[in-house]
This record gives sequence, structure tokens and C-alpha cells, in this order.
Amino acid sequence: MADALAKPESPVGEAHAAPKALVLWRPEAKTGLISWLTTVDHKRIGFMYGVAALFFFLVGGVEALLIRLQLAVPNNNFLTAQQYNEMFTMHATTMIFLAVMPLSAAFFNFIMPLQIGARDVAFPRLNAFSFWVFLAGAVILNIGWFIHDGAPNGGWFGYTPLTTRGFSPSHSIDMWVMGLQLLGVASIAASLNFIVTILNMRAPGMTMMRLPVFTWMTLVTAFLVVLAFPAITIALIELMMDRLFGTNFFEVSNGGMPVLWTHLFWVFGHPEVYILILPAMGIISEILPTFARKPLFGYPIVVFSGACIGFLGFGVWSHHMFTTGMGTVATAAFSMTTMAIAVPTGVKIFNWIGTLWNGHLTMRTPMRFALGFIWLFMIGGFSGVMHAAAPADAQQHNSYFVVAHFHYVLIGGSLFALLAGIHYWFPLMFGRRVSEGWGKLSFWIIFVGFNVTFFPMHFLGLNGMPRRTFTYDPNMGWNTGNLIATVGAFILGVGVAVYFTVMIYTFFKGERTGSDPWDARTLEWSLPVPVPEYNYRVIPTVHARDAWWYEKRNKDEVARARAAHAPGEASHGIHMPFQSIYPLVSAVGILIGSIGVSVIDADPGPGLIGPKLAVTLAGLAVFLVGVYLWALEGNEGYHVHPEEDHP
Amino acid sequence: MSSTAAAATIDHHHDPSTATGIPNKKLLMWAFLASDCMFFGCLISTHLIYRLHPPPGVPAARDVFSIELTSFSTFILLMSSLMMALAVNAIQKGNLKSLRACLATTILFGAIFLGCQVYEFSHFVSEKHLTITSNILGTTFYTLTGTHGLHVLIGVIWLASMLAYSFTGRLTEKDSIDVESMGLYWHFVDIVWIVIFTVVYLLEYL
Repeated sequence: MADALAKPESPVGEAHAAPKALVLWRPEAKTGLISWLTTVDHKRIGFMYGVAALFFFLVGGVEALLIRLQLAVPNNNFLTAQQYNEMFTMHATTMIFLAVMPLSAAFFNFIMPLQIGARDVAFPRLNAFSFWVFLAGAVILNIGWFIHDGAPNGGWFGYTPLTTRGFSPSHSIDMWVMGLQLLGVASIAASLNFIVTILNMRAPGMTMMRLPVFTWMTLVTAFLVVLAFPAITIALIELMMDRLFGTNFFEVSNGGMPVLWTHLFWVFGHPEVYILILPAMGIISEILPTFARKPLFGYPIVVFSGACIGFLGFGVWSHHMFTTGMGTVATAAFSMTTMAIAVPTGVKIFNWIGTLWNGHLTMRTPMRFALGFIWLFMIGGFSGVMHAAAPADAQQHNSYFVVAHFHYVLIGGSLFALLAGIHYWFPLMFGRRVSEGWGKLSFWIIFVGFNVTFFPMHFLGLNGMPRRTFTYDPNMGWNTGNLIATVGAFILGVGVAVYFTVMIYTFFKGERTGSDPWDARTLEWSLPVPVPEYNYRVIPTVHARDAWWYEKRNKDEVARARAAHAPGEASHGIHMPFQSIYPLVSAVGILIGSIGVSVIDADPGPGLIGPKLAVTLAGLAVFLVGVYLWALEGNEGYHVHPEEDHP
Repeated sequence: MSSTAAAATIDHHHDPSTATGIPNKKLLMWAFLASDCMFFGCLISTHLIYRLHPPPGVPAARDVFSIELTSFSTFILLMSSLMMALAVNAIQKGNLKSLRACLATTILFGAIFLGCQVYEFSHFVSEKHLTITSNILGTTFYTLTGTHGLHVLIGVIWLASMLAYSFTGRLTEKDSIDVESMGLYWHFVDIVWIVIFTVVYLLEYL
């Protein structure tokens, strides 16, 4: 498939572009549905990731509110136990894989190539493919709501033997397995693309130690995805083999060991939490210096700490399994590696404080969310270190204390940073800015609602309230805490509703801004708004770490450098990759095949081509057609010659 | 950015249009292979873990395997890597005739390996009564070696597609990176087999 992939910077000229490829259709629409279905523009793909992520964020949020309604009072029967299981399974799966990860991916796509001075990612069609496969995975995961089998209900961790055929015979677990499998394929493909892009597509002068921290964290996250997702891919394959073909991986009566699933899942699952938080740390590292009017304090150590967290993240998975009886040596080792993670994390927090120290703080909305992030993430970090101590963890295990902990790092951490990032980059993406009053109002409602929801859960957990049970007895002493948490959840819901209502209003009618409204530091702000399809008319030459601040203060030097190589570029124009429908075709094939595998009942007997095999093979055929036409159309492009009017 | 003059010889080890000098497609393949390492690592670990904890009634793997046949197919697969390397060399010199011969041999060797695996599987099922469901050995053995076989099959299809493509006249020296990244994949599949052959087969004869 590698021969199929485009290289926007390739020196292939127009002269020999035409006769080489087998081209059935070159979509050329720049507006309308076809243009979106065939786009290879990283900014448009990033926008689609963002819209999909926000949609699923709302779905996951509604699921959360239903969970809180059920738990508001003891012995409630607002939801049945079965519905409750579906809710907490789908709330977690949705928020992790369909909301936070794709929202990070939206920023990776939109911002990262701009930050390194590139005109697109290294493989534009592969990038489109990643998005469409992600969407296919999201569809498979959610089909269950609309059919008889129901939504997945085995928890986002899918522990065996609960998820084996004997205990979960319906297709809901099959859909969970295939859905996650597709999301893994999408994430790995996207991350391979980002790795190549960051290493290979940097503008002249953009050395690795001049990369903006957000781009650095994109790189570390991409490596985590590439190396961690195979573990869950294998775990899911093994579970699928057990469910479809009756193998014995997790079949206890034939020597299978369910704890193998737990290990494989958390070998993936723990790096996954850094996949969720490192992009957030990158966003924070962009926002704080911009609004403190100071370069990031200790840039090299912030970068190194991020990479260090990534490395250590692979050596801590068993802290999710302290109560499985691993033995004292393993438990002590994983306890210590887990505590070690607190060191680079703490280093980052101190560097952020160092950035703020003596800065000229401008308290705009993105800055408020960023400061909220530091506080809330720190609280989540404290309870995280408490879990690292194995004896304490044995007490907290499976209790609401754990729920409190990871919501502080996932909402207080990841989500606050992503909400900050939306505010921060909104003017670059859409040329409009959210009004400060509404921005700050939504921040305070979200901040208060979040703490009212999740802080009481620390006490509930220490008082013994277990996770994942759909109701509780009135005389356990958990009534007040639960009621407060439910009230808080609705305050949080109002805050999120205000945030997004204002965002949508701003998208259509907000205050217009020119380029660079924050007087920011990194290259993406040097671009006109809206960003042209080719991003940079002349590829910038980078002279310093905060490249755009440097350019603004050293205009003469930059103008000379630009004049030196601009004519060369102008003569042959800007190379743009052609649009293509085949990433979508391939992804549709994968969707059809996955429906065959996961939704349709097993065929009557071996040797017969029943509906299940037929649909699966049909999907495979569509996929192969897509891949071959993708390869044969080649990676050619066209040249644009923009007017000389941009600065 | 920089446009190399058409007349100049092509440097196959340095791509001036990228920041690292490594061609994009090569870097993509290396990163993918790192991912695939973890993929096979998890499967091999699963096999080794269950090997240490066999439930009662599982036959000894030594009584099932036929080391002579597998040694032969291992040798053939290793030789296919040699032919793959020669194929890359041929396209880098623009020698299409030699490229086709080398690709065809690589495909033949890959197909022989697959044939041996098909024979081995059917022999195990019919003679040794080891199926994928019968016990944990069957489960991990067939899944691991079958997944590797699937990688070989994908490689053979890719090679065959490239061979067919070479007859269209569109494959030239400039596209040698496409053959080279395919070669990286093929060598990786070989190396994984060396590991599997060692820890799945040879280990049983210690």
C-alpha cells in the first residue's frame, strides 16, 4: 500500500504527471458534499474530527447524566441494571475513543502541520482514510442502541470471562470488539502519518528542539499509539477468535487464563491514559507562554519530561491489577514505577508555574481554562500517587475513589485543556472569537459543576461505595454524596451546554478577528485567516524557538531570508495533492466487513456461504477495490500559483 | 522545495526534500514495522505463557511438530529474502528484467512456504488431531503461525501486484522506494519467522 501514498513535497512535475497513473475519477469540487468526502486537506480532516468528537462528547455526556440520575437516590429504578451496564460501558468507551482521542486528533491534524511550517501531512490520503475508519468504528460501536442485541455492556475494559460467549452471548460484545479494532486501525494509521510528518516535513531551520511543545507531544503520543495499540489489537483478536471460532484463549475449562486479557488490556490501557493527557499538556504549554508574555520556562526539560512520561507509561500497567495476586515483587516493582511517573509530571507543573512567574498575565478565556487545568490535574495527580501505593490501592480498588481520580485527570486534565485549545485556536480556524463574558461564564459554571460532581466521589469511595453497581442501599451513608454529585453533574451539563451554544453562535455570528489576535508565538499564527488550502505561500525559514515572536521582532532578517528562496518557489508553483475518493471507499469496505463479522448471526454450518460470510467477503472486496485504485491513481498533484498579495 | 535535475543520477539513500533525508515512505514503513513488532510480541508472549501453564491432557508439542518440514520451509523463506534484496538492487539500477526475475523467485519461495504451512496444518489436523479448538496448544499455535502466514500471504499478493505493475511501463528507477519499502516488509516477515521458528519449534527440542 505504501506505493499508493502521496508526498506533497515531491519534486514530481506536471510534465510527467499525466500519463503515469490509472485514474478513474479526479474529484475537483472545492465546495459541497463531494469536496468533503474526497478531501485530503489536513485542515478539513481536522475539522471533521472535531465535529465528530463534539457530537460523541454530547452523546457520552447524556449517558453520564443518565448514570447520575440513576444514582441520585438509593434504590432508584430509573434505569434497569442492564441499561445501567450499557450506560457505563458506552459512556467510558465513547468519552475515551470517540470524544477525547478524536478531539486531540482534530488538533493534531489542524495545528501540527501549521506549527512545523508544512503544507500538509506526509500522506494526505492516508490521513483521510484514518478519519473515515474512525467514523466506521464509531458507527459499529453504536449500532447496538438501534438493534435487538443492545449496546455493549461489558465495561470499557471488557474483562474476560464476562465478555466470553458463555456469559455474553449477544452480538453487543462483538460490536464492541470490532468497533475498538477499527478505532485502533484508524489511530495507528493516523499516528504513523504524524510521526513521518513531524520528522520529515519540518520547514528549514525548524530543528527538533525548536518544535512547539504541542508538536512534540503529538510526536510522543503518536509513538505511544503505534506501540500500545497492538496489545489491545491482539487481545481483541484473541477474544474474537474465542467468540467466533470457539478457541481457548480465555476458556477456563480448557486452560485459558482470563488474567492474560487483563494484562494485555492494561499493557495498552495505561499508555492510553498518556495518549489522552499528553496532547492536553502540549496545548497547555502553548497557551501559558502566549498569555504570560514569556517563553516557556525550561523548554528542553518540559519536552524531555513528556517523552519520559511516554517511556515510563509502558512500565506501569500492572498498577491496575494490584488485587489480582501478582506476588509481592511484581507489586512492589509496579508500585515504584508508578510513583516514578509523578516526577516528570511534577517537573512539568513546576515549569508551567515558572512560565507564569513574573509574567504579564492576560486572563483571557483560554488562559482561564489552562489555569483550571493545572489545579484540577494536580488534584487528580495527588490521588493518582495514592493509588500507586499498593496497600492503599487495595482499599481504594474498584471504589468511587478511583472514579473521582480519573475524572479529575480526564475532565480536569484532558478536557479542560481541549476546551482551552478550542478557545485558543478558534480565531485561527474560523476567524472569529468567543466573547470574553460568555467564555468566562461557561468556564466558571463548568469549573464549579465539575468539582461539585467529582469531589464528593473521593469520600464516597473511601466510604466503600463500589463502582459499576446500578443502585445502593439507603443506610450505607452514601445518600448525601450521591445527591450532591448528581446536582453537580447537571451544573456541569449546563456549563457544557453554555460553552457549546456560545461556540456555535460564535461560529456563525461572533466577533471577527484578524490573523494573530493573541499576539502568539508559534508559526501557525503567521498565516492569514482563513488559512489558504496550501497553508504557506512561501515555506517559512525558522530562526528561533518561538518562531513567530522572533519574526515579529526581527522583520528585516526574516524578509531577507524569504526573499532569498521565494522566487525559486514562485517559478514552479505550489504542489498540491489531488483529492481522492478511495480512502472513503476503502473505509466503507471495512465498515461492511465489520458489520458482517460483528452484527450478523453466525452461518448455519461450515462450507456454506451464509449471510455472515457473504457480507464479510463483500466488505473485503470493496476494501480491496479501494486500496488498488488508491495505489494505481498514484500520488500526483497539481500546482497552484497564488497571487503575490499575502505578506 | 528542491527540485532535482532530471538528468542527475538518483541517490537512493538520501531524499533532499525531507528534513531527515529519509524518504517518507521508508520512514512510514519503519514506524509500521515497530508497531508490528509489538503485534507479534503480544502473540508470541501469549504462546509462551500458555506453554508454561499447560492444562492436563495437552499433547507435547514435540510429538506434534515435524521439524524437518519446518526447517525446509524456514530455509526457503530465508532465501526469498535474498531474492527480495536482489530485486531492490535491480530496480535501483533500473534493470526491470532482473527485477521481474527476482520478484518472481521471491513470490515462488513465498508460495512454497505457504504451501508447506497448508500441508503442515492439514497434517496436524488429520493425523495428530490437533485443531484450533481442541486445546490451548492448538489455539495459540494456529493463531500465531496462522497470523504469520497471513502476513506472508499479504506479502505475496503485494509482490505479485508489483510484478504485474512492472509490465505496465510505469515502474521506473524513480519508484524504487516503492519496491524498497515492500522489501522492508518482506524482510520483517522473515525475521519474525526466525523468532517464531526458534521459540515455537526449536524450543521444544531443547
